[in-house]
Formats: sequence, structure tokens, C-alpha cells
Amino acid sequence: MNVDSIQNGIVIDHISAGNGMTLYDLLGLDQLDASIAIIKNVNSKKMGKKDIIKIDADIPVDLDLIGYVDPDATVNVIKNGTLVEKRKPELPEVLTDVIKCKNPRCITSVEQELKHVFRLTDKEKRIYRCIYCETKAN
Amino acid sequence: MRSIIDILDLSVSEIDELIATAQDIIASPERYAHICEGKKLATLFFEPSTRTRLSFEAAMYELGGHVISMSDAGSSSATKGESVADTIKVVSCYADIIAMRHPKEGAALVASNNTGVPIINAGDGGHCHPTQTTADLLTIYREKGGFDGLTIGLCGDLKFGRTVHSLINAMSRYDDIRFVLISPNELKLPSYVKNDVLKKNNIPYKQTNDLEEAIPELDVLYMTRVQRERFFNEEDYLRLKDSYILTPAKLKDAKRDMIIMHPLPRVNEISVAVDDDPRACYFKQVLNGKYMRMALILMLLKEAGTL
Repeated sequence: MNVDSIQNGIVIDHISAGNGMTLYDLLGLDQLDASIAIIKNVNSKKMGKKDIIKIDADIPVDLDLIGYVDPDATVNVIKNGTLVEKRKPELPEVLTDVIKCKNPRCITSVEQELKHVFRLTDKEKRIYRCIYCETKAN
Repeated sequence: MRSIIDILDLSVSEIDELIATAQDIIASPERYAHICEGKKLATLFFEPSTRTRLSFEAAMYELGGHVISMSDAGSSSATKGESVADTIKVVSCYADIIAMRHPKEGAALVASNNTGVPIINAGDGGHCHPTQTTADLLTIYREKGGFDGLTIGLCGDLKFGRTVHSLINAMSRYDDIRFVLISPNELKLPSYVKNDVLKKNNIPYKQTNDLEEAIPELDVLYMTRVQRERFFNEEDYLRLKDSYILTPAKLKDAKRDMIIMHPLPRVNEISVAVDDDPRACYFKQVLNGKYMRMALILMLLKEAGTL
């Protein structure tokens, strides 16, 4: 399969196979007026299979969000057809308005203006809890 | 601005300090009778609670201070759709300190992020109720002489019982503590409390559904009520509400110095016949709660520079 190289934009590489569409949705890429390629199940020496997202636009990407969905992914910044920066997302300590608290007893369920904030409580098991009610993120 | 949302917002040394102040208040109440003159406590109760509210109000009056309050949750601006943040910003213009109860979990944290005066969480849904735990701690301290080396039995609703979770958190910071968790299968202690508190701190515990079998080894028996308001399903509540009822007969093999505690109100989980047993401490807990709330109000007002 042939997908053109991008001139100025972002390539999110080494996404665990199956996470590509999740990242596409959470990053809001469907709202972006630019060429975007989602390449699924690409053969990879390291990972077996991986997903790749190519965005033909120089946009800021939320590294915390990428780190939350897939801390093994890499973000490559392309300028004039050349790789100028390689960013490695980390598991973020705090997630703000990335995921929603689903506990119907939580204050965020009735106060629409409140930001949904989750804190990393167990790095090893990648467990995030709502800072208000301490409910675990799914 | 320092607020108390969770019992773990207080360090072990601060708990010691609160206990020392409470003991001093009990010994010499006259020395504290005017200490908060001219200061105002606002009690904001967005859901009904008689005892906690009265306890806070009695505490402030006994310190010589004043109390301002809303008449009931139904008359508050919350029913008109005002946010917790706005309510707190308004009330903190009037009061020196606020005690707040709210039915939603995390409401106290929202309040603490928007206040100009200290907030004391008087219960946020099923989440935290730190001043109940300070009452429990003073009771254990006064009755058992300290915290180390105790075997604590927790009985009843260990799933939704916020007082149980708070007490486990608080007691886990002392040495040589052991827990016996007595509940029906449906109301077992949540795994996150077991994993994040008990297992993480290597605290021994066992789970059982047999109260009588567990009683002989206990130093403290903490009974809880199965609370109707924590259930979405009335059928589940009715099925589980009478799971454990403590009677004099069940106490026959208990240690002579074991203490019986309950955060109150009780429905029927402790028979009235147990009240005459010298080991029954639940009404002492109520009194101790007032003294610890007095100590906490003093500590927070001093930290805020108001006293």
C-alpha cells in the first residue's frame, strides 16, 4: 500500500495495533480540514503489528492524551519533508477533560462547567482516578 | 487556604494535636468558652443530617462563636441551579469557616478550590466524612489508651460505608493493626481499598460473613448501618438491611474490654439491650465528635490567621 509522504505535519507512529481509531477520535481529528491517513495493522519488527496516523497539517497535538491512550507511541514532526523533531509521550500525571467520570454520584455529573480531571494513582497498572470521587477511569 | 476534605488531609501528628486539644477541652471547657467570640461558622447542608449539623453548631457555640446557616437544603440556591463554586464564593464573604455536606461525591473538593475561608467536609455523598473519623479516633484513644496493636472488626456495609473506608485509612497509619472485615458478599470492602490501603501497607486482614465467629478476637467492633440512600435499587436494600444485628447473646464470647462503636444513626443493627453494656461506646462517640470538631475549628482558624 502506498501513502504519500507528508511535507509539513505530524506522524504518530508505533501506535499499538487497534489504538489508531481511538486516538483519531480522542484527538478530534475528524474535525480537522486536512489530509489524514490512518494506516492500520502495519507490519512492525518491534511490535508485530502497529497503527500509524499521518496528518498533513502542522497542528499542536495533545501529548498527554497520546500518552494516556498509548505511552509507546512516538510523535514525529515533519517540516519541508524532513523529520525535525521526535517526541515521546509519557503517561501523564493529570488528565484534564480527556475522559469523563461515569460515576452518577460524582459532582461532575450535575455541574456541567466542571472540568473532568483524573490523576494517575498507579503508574504500573496505569490506573487513573477522578480527583473528585476517586472512581477509576475505564 | 487549608481545608479538610479527607481524613488523610490530617497527618498523624496533626491527629495527635487534635486529640490533645480535645482532651484539654474536655478537662477545662471554661478555658475555651470564649475563644471564638466574634467568629462565624456557616453550616451548609445540601442534604438532611441532624446529628452532624447539630454537632458542628454545638461545637462553635461552645467555643463562644456564632453559627449562620440555611434553613434546609430545599430552600437553598442550589435548588435554583447555582453551582457549588458560586455558593461557596458567596458564603465565604459572610463566614470565617464553613462546614459543608453535599449529596454528590467530590463537592467538598470543588468547594475547597473556590473558597476564601477554611472548608470542613461534613460528608460528600458516599465519599468522605473526615470529622466522623476524628470522633472515632478520639473514642478509640480514650477507651483503649492508644492505637497500636489493635484488632478492629468492621461489620455491616463495608462497600458503601464511607466511615469504614475513612477509618481504615486513618488506622492504617499506626503500628501492628489488624482488620477483620465482616459483611455479606454483596457489601464487601471494595477491592481498591483492599489493594490501595491494606495490601499496599502490608496490613493483615481477613474477610468473613460470620460475626459471632469473629467477635472473640476483636478489640474494637465497629458496626455500620446499611444505608437506604446509597442504593439505587430498593430491592437490594430490603434484602440486605438486616444482615447483622448485634445482641447481648452475640457478645457472650467478646473480650471484656472490647469496645462497640457505631457512627449512628442506627436502625436495628445494634439491639437496644446492648446499650446498657459497659462496652457500648456509640453515644460517647457522639460527644467525642463534638470535641474533635471544636479542636478542628480551632486548628483551622488559627492556621488561617483568623484567631
